[in-house]
Amino acid sequence: MKWVNALIMLLFIALMLYATSGLPGHADPQAPANVHVSPTYIEDSVEDTHTPNIVTAVLADYRGYDTLGETVVIFTAGLACVLILMRRKAGDKGTLSEHHRSGHM
Amino acid sequence: MIKERYQSIIVQVICSLLIPFIQLFALYVIFHGHYGPGGGFQGGVLLAVSIILQRLYLGTEVSYRKFPPKLAPALGAIGMLVFGLAGVIPMLFGGAFLDYGNLPIPWVHGAELRALGILIVEIGIGMAVFGTLVLIFDSLIGEGW
Repeated sequence: MKWVNALIMLLFIALMLYATSGLPGHADPQAPANVHVSPTYIEDSVEDTHTPNIVTAVLADYRGYDTLGETVVIFTAGLACVLILMRRKAGDKGTLSEHHRSGHM
Repeated sequence: MIKERYQSIIVQVICSLLIPFIQLFALYVIFHGHYGPGGGFQGGVLLAVSIILQRLYLGTEVSYRKFPPKLAPALGAIGMLVFGLAGVIPMLFGGAFLDYGNLPIPWVHGAELRALGILIVEIGIGMAVFGTLVLIFDSLIGEGW
């Protein structure tokens, strides 16, 4: 089973490397993102959003979905921290089972 | 461990003088995100730092009364809710998800409404980051809750 997993992982890495070869070069001015997307943001963002700071306009408006995901990630990470730390403290007081306390904490 | 007040008059005076200015600067960073560097993430971190500094110099016994630890997860969740509602409400009024141009605020239109939507979202992000960081700090020192 371990070898199957390793094989699948290797295949996946090979696929990703192969896919990267099709991407445009770094900072290529003819890349699709630099031909349509960036000029549109730079030219239209003040008109569209009345926000002089293009970074804010892209972050919160054009790419709002991405920012929503980031905030969810931060909040979830915080909750996970609390759950792990509270569990350890409960173990110190002896409310968890022996199995948990003798575990690899 | 940090239940009592820090035993140094210099630290106490400097911290109590600094905290209001940190909070003011945090609000400035959030609300000035439209015009300069800044925004919800940075402002939220600054707000959280002000509360953490207060916890450190006042001790948890007094600081928990000034800012209850149960408030932190609630603030984080409300921030997420504000962001989510800013996404969903435009859908109910004929727009796309997170399309601030369709927020139902009658006296603002077009691009101004989009700027207002960005501000609402930044406030939501700020609250979420603020709550999360204070929550992590409280669970790390973990006294009395």
